[in-house]
Amino acid sequence: MTSSSPWFLSIRDLDKSYGEFRALRSIDLDIRRGEFVCFLGPSGCGKTTLLRAIAGLEPQDSGRIEMEGRDVSHAAPSDRDFGIVFQSYALFPNLTVAENVGYGLVNRRQPARAIAERVEELLALVGLPDQGRKYPVQLSGGQQQRVALARALATAPGLLLLDEPLSALDAKVRLRLRDEIRSLQQRLGVTTVMVTHDQEEALAMADRIVVMNNGAVEQVGTPEEIYRRPATPFVADFVGHMTFLDAVVTGPGTVRVDDLDLQVANAGSFPSGTAVRLAMRPEEVRTRSITEETPNCFEATIGDVTFLGSFCRAHLQPTRSRTTRIAADFSANAMRDLAIAPGEIRRIAFPPEALHVFAGAAR
Amino acid sequence: MSDAVQEVPLTGSLVAPRPLRIGERQVGATLVLALCAILVLIIGLPLWALLSKSVENTEGHFVGLANFVTYATTPTLVASLVNSLFVAATTTALVIPLAFAYAYALCRSRIPGKGLFYAAAMVPVFAPSLLSGLALIYVFGNQGLLKSWLMGASLYGPVGVIAAESLYCFPHAMLIMVTALALSDGRLREAAEALGTSRWRIFRTITLPAARYGVISASFVVFTLVITDFGIPKVIGGQFSVLATDAYRQVVGQQNFPMGAVVGIILLVPAVIAFFIDRAAQKRQSAMLSARAVPYSPKPERRRDTVLLILVSLVAFTIVAPYAIAVWGSFVRYWPYNLSLTLNNYDFSTVEPSGWEPYRNSLMLAGLTAIIGTTLIFCGAYLVEKLKAVPHLRAFAHFLAMLPMAVPGLVLGLGYVFFYNAIWNPLGFLYGTLAILVINTIAHFYTVGHITALTSLKQIDSEFEAVSASLKVPFWTTFRRVTAPICMPAILDIAVYVFVNAMTTVSAVIFLYGADTKLASIAIVHMDEAGAVASAAGMATVIMLTAIAVKLLHIALDRLVFGRLQRWRQR
Ligand SMILES: Nc1ncnc2c1ncn2[C@@H]1O[C@H](COP(=O)(O)OP(=O)(O)OP(=O)(O)O)[C@@H](O)[C@H]1O
Ligand SMILES: [Mg+2]
Repeated sequence: MTSSSPWFLSIRDLDKSYGEFRALRSIDLDIRRGEFVCFLGPSGCGKTTLLRAIAGLEPQDSGRIEMEGRDVSHAAPSDRDFGIVFQSYALFPNLTVAENVGYGLVNRRQPARAIAERVEELLALVGLPDQGRKYPVQLSGGQQQRVALARALATAPGLLLLDEPLSALDAKVRLRLRDEIRSLQQRLGVTTVMVTHDQEEALAMADRIVVMNNGAVEQVGTPEEIYRRPATPFVADFVGHMTFLDAVVTGPGTVRVDDLDLQVANAGSFPSGTAVRLAMRPEEVRTRSITEETPNCFEATIGDVTFLGSFCRAHLQPTRSRTTRIAADFSANAMRDLAIAPGEIRRIAFPPEALHVFAGAAR
Repeated sequence: MSDAVQEVPLTGSLVAPRPLRIGERQVGATLVLALCAILVLIIGLPLWALLSKSVENTEGHFVGLANFVTYATTPTLVASLVNSLFVAATTTALVIPLAFAYAYALCRSRIPGKGLFYAAAMVPVFAPSLLSGLALIYVFGNQGLLKSWLMGASLYGPVGVIAAESLYCFPHAMLIMVTALALSDGRLREAAEALGTSRWRIFRTITLPAARYGVISASFVVFTLVITDFGIPKVIGGQFSVLATDAYRQVVGQQNFPMGAVVGIILLVPAVIAFFIDRAAQKRQSAMLSARAVPYSPKPERRRDTVLLILVSLVAFTIVAPYAIAVWGSFVRYWPYNLSLTLNNYDFSTVEPSGWEPYRNSLMLAGLTAIIGTTLIFCGAYLVEKLKAVPHLRAFAHFLAMLPMAVPGLVLGLGYVFFYNAIWNPLGFLYGTLAILVINTIAHFYTVGHITALTSLKQIDSEFEAVSASLKVPFWTTFRRVTAPICMPAILDIAVYVFVNAMTTVSAVIFLYGADTKLASIAIVHMDEAGAVASAAGMATVIMLTAIAVKLLHIALDRLVFGRLQRWRQR
């Protein structure tokens, strides 16, 4: 199918309410062909609702959805071209694995041989050859998940929708399936939307992440963009860890936190005197190779230190500031080399490009 | 996702969607509309006819509440109302404590033979209500074995009616209480026991409150069953008239439809109250039971178990013995003078011109009702529960499906008379045919089947329809291939429930049968009227054995379905 729009899926101004409650607030979103997109957000933010609106299972109140340039806003689910995997997998318990996978093929007047071959192919694809005759209850959770995936891919849909497909699995299986789904998706090139509330999953799998909050899109971007340049305090806080400090703009590219004057690479266009929020990731705090010329360097007392496996998280208090506390991550190496321990005083620095400035004082 | 498999082509002839597809939404909406139309025809309009008839005179003109005034000022009619209330209240007072104790023994003690006692209490469910009346006639009637026990009092009147109704209602009350007691949380009791709380206090502060809703609900159910029952007062009431027999006399005897309608509406009142109390009770009941409640497993306790065993044995004997005697009586040559056995009483043609015909009619009715009714009920419940289209129509269908629960059979039968017998009704040709009996019986027992179907449908993953839609498989295919097979046990339950009730029911169909469609349960009434008690008991025995056989078949089939055909349930 040829289309004038460069996008595979375009969503414009989508709204959906349950009674008084607004589950989706004027969502705009574009997805490229072959892209792997994750909807990420806290529980209840509307990820599933958006996914189901795309599928036509939970029709929107207003707004427009286009697939491959075709307006499908009011099309029935069966008139849209997608395969879906639910958190519960929704495998048909009374049908065998093969019958489940072939469920969408039987309806298409294909010779039984062709269907059987296609089912074999799909089962091999998801790593379950020779399991076709079992019933779903006889499979493990991870295997059931793959069957659901094979079933969704059987009709070669243009769009694959996954609603928290991994959340019912234990951590080990989840990690493996994460990679498998990603590589399968890349091999088939099928446009994929996955819902998750697990930021690690989203960062590891997605080409682009859509961060949602309260029914609205907060930010759309590659995992790196989302992580390095969060557009809102919500994104900054939700993805990864972030220290927030109250600050006041003192001039172009400078802010003041308590008694500390700091340089900021991306200060935005706040006029002097504006109260802002300054944010920084714990792993951005520098302790090595600091000289007098290093910007934003000062002495800090090391407070409590929490051991977190491969790294430690410490809370630091600048010696010139009573109230400011900053979280900093130190690798096991750094801990040893620099002899970081509670009560010690160390020289630290905030790289100007690692400081994010957001509007508004702390709530 | 083995590495051996490389590219799998995503396009190809396999995936070309069918060019022409019927709009699923339209089909769904049409089906829901059809369901609503059917339910309006078989439930809504007959009830409407009853209501409107009660405010018309015999010529069909609107007269407001005049009929109700006439009713209230006719002493014989008011006497029936008083009689009905008296009988219903007394039976309730008698049955509820016994049924509670019986259920308590089954759920909260370690008496032996629980299964047997359970089965014994269920016997009345499988027989027409009037068999309990016939049974009492054998024991305490004019020619009864133990007539002297009544010390001169006559069985034919309130005494007999109350006794027979108690037998008939007992299993219904017991079932409700078993459910209530089985539900109440065992952890509370264990905690109380650990604290050394006295047994009487545990009973008063934990068991009774938990079972309270069961007791309330069962009381209303029994009251309603008694007040609307027609068969027992007919065979054992003698000159003692009650509402149900009045309704019959007004409509069938005197052709006074408006007055029949008034009686019908009076009968509707307790049933409707019972319906709402029961719904409220069920809500409270399930709210009380937290998700993590554990069932209580009683510990053996000598004295309690002995007392309960004696009580339960007595009750079970009192229930089973009359039925056994009635069955025996049906084989006796000339009760009680010549007790030699014979099959003569089963040659129904000597007392009833149509002979065995009514039994065949009943089988036919029960079979057809089970097949057609179960299909309608289950498909209807599926449309109501699983479709997304036309939410208001689906809610309306659900409302209609819940109505029959609050409508006694007698009242529904009256509504059918008024609606299908009306001159203007083009469906009037159905009157007197087997078809109308089937339709009426489906309507009569619709609600329980509907609830059973809904319960089992709700347990199925709600995304099946969504998955099918994504695979472009229409919902009816998924219904056929997945939903219906998964719900097979529930479907069997519904079919058996409908079958057994269709075999035994009298109250609704007594207004509707025709010359060729007389049913076995109605033939019993006629044979009893003609004084052929033994043959009446014989026919009732045949019905009871048929119903029990079907139930046993059900149990066997259930094992088969679960065992062999539904291999997918086992790991
Ligand atoms: N059918 C419904 N009726 C009323 N409210 C609903 C309905 N479905 C969803 N909601 C509400 O809409 C909001 C968004 O729901 P949604 O299922 O999209 O959340 P989610 O982001 O997928 O969350 P989770 O991570 O918990 O799955 C929630 O607050 C939910 O309570
Ligand atoms: Mg969700």
